[in-house]
Amino acid sequence: MNNNSINNSMTKTLTFAFMDPPFEHERTITFFRLLDSALEKNANVRVFAYEGAVALAFARQQPHGNAVHSRDTEAEKHPLTKDWIAALQSKAKDKGLAFEWINCGLCVDERGVNEAIDGCARGGPADFWRYASTAHNTLTIGTR
Amino acid sequence: MKVLQVIDQAFRTTGEEQDDTILWLTQCMRSAGANLEVLLTGHGVFYSVQSRPQPPLKFGNWQQTEPADITQDIGRLREKGVPVYAVREELIERGLFGLPVQLGVEVISRDAVTQLYENADQIWHW
Repeated sequence: MNNNSINNSMTKTLTFAFMDPPFEHERTITFFRLLDSALEKNANVRVFAYEGAVALAFARQQPHGNAVHSRDTEAEKHPLTKDWIAALQSKAKDKGLAFEWINCGLCVDERGVNEAIDGCARGGPADFWRYASTAHNTLTIGTR
Repeated sequence: MKVLQVIDQAFRTTGEEQDDTILWLTQCMRSAGANLEVLLTGHGVFYSVQSRPQPPLKFGNWQQTEPADITQDIGRLREKGVPVYAVREELIERGLFGLPVQLGVEVISRDAVTQLYENADQIWHW
């Protein structure tokens, strides 16, 4: 099957709402694994990033070296969630799937993380409802 | 599509956001036409008997002027036609059963939660 022909009327769309910031919780890793798995199973993916999750797509995230690891910045290759999002965007594109991402605008403002990577837009709860009400199903992952 | 918003935490974000962030989200989505219900369970049942705003924060000479008012937020949800439920057993376990419940909040038994879930198209457990 041509991967670029996956997106048709049979393709399911899944919506995710997520609240956790980068670099703090294992939930963040699990969330990204779920997104990756959804794409792997040929589902379109929509994400509403709420509260701290809006920093996941912050364009100014920077890798750093780690003296304890005896590695410089290049060797350390510190994981950045903005890169994970970009990787999932790329995966979706290669498979002919949609990967949409909306950050809660007020949450962005209060954190000062206005600069998001390409493909991650600003929106609000109405967008989340639009995503959810036209998706096959929705998974909400609240912060704890 | 009808969605049941399940809130089992209390006071999450209330200090910095000056509201419960899921109650806020629910109000916004209701204004956008969403068909929603709210189930308060776990520690979240405290919201059903809360009767005063959160105490304002104070750090040094910084003083919060608009602390969260959960009672008002739940009242607004009711005004917008969003049903709000609280689980009786969760109130009992926390010694809260018997306190005045906010007007419009329906206290239901744990057994009735099943039907609430059955009646919704989606359950969003926050």
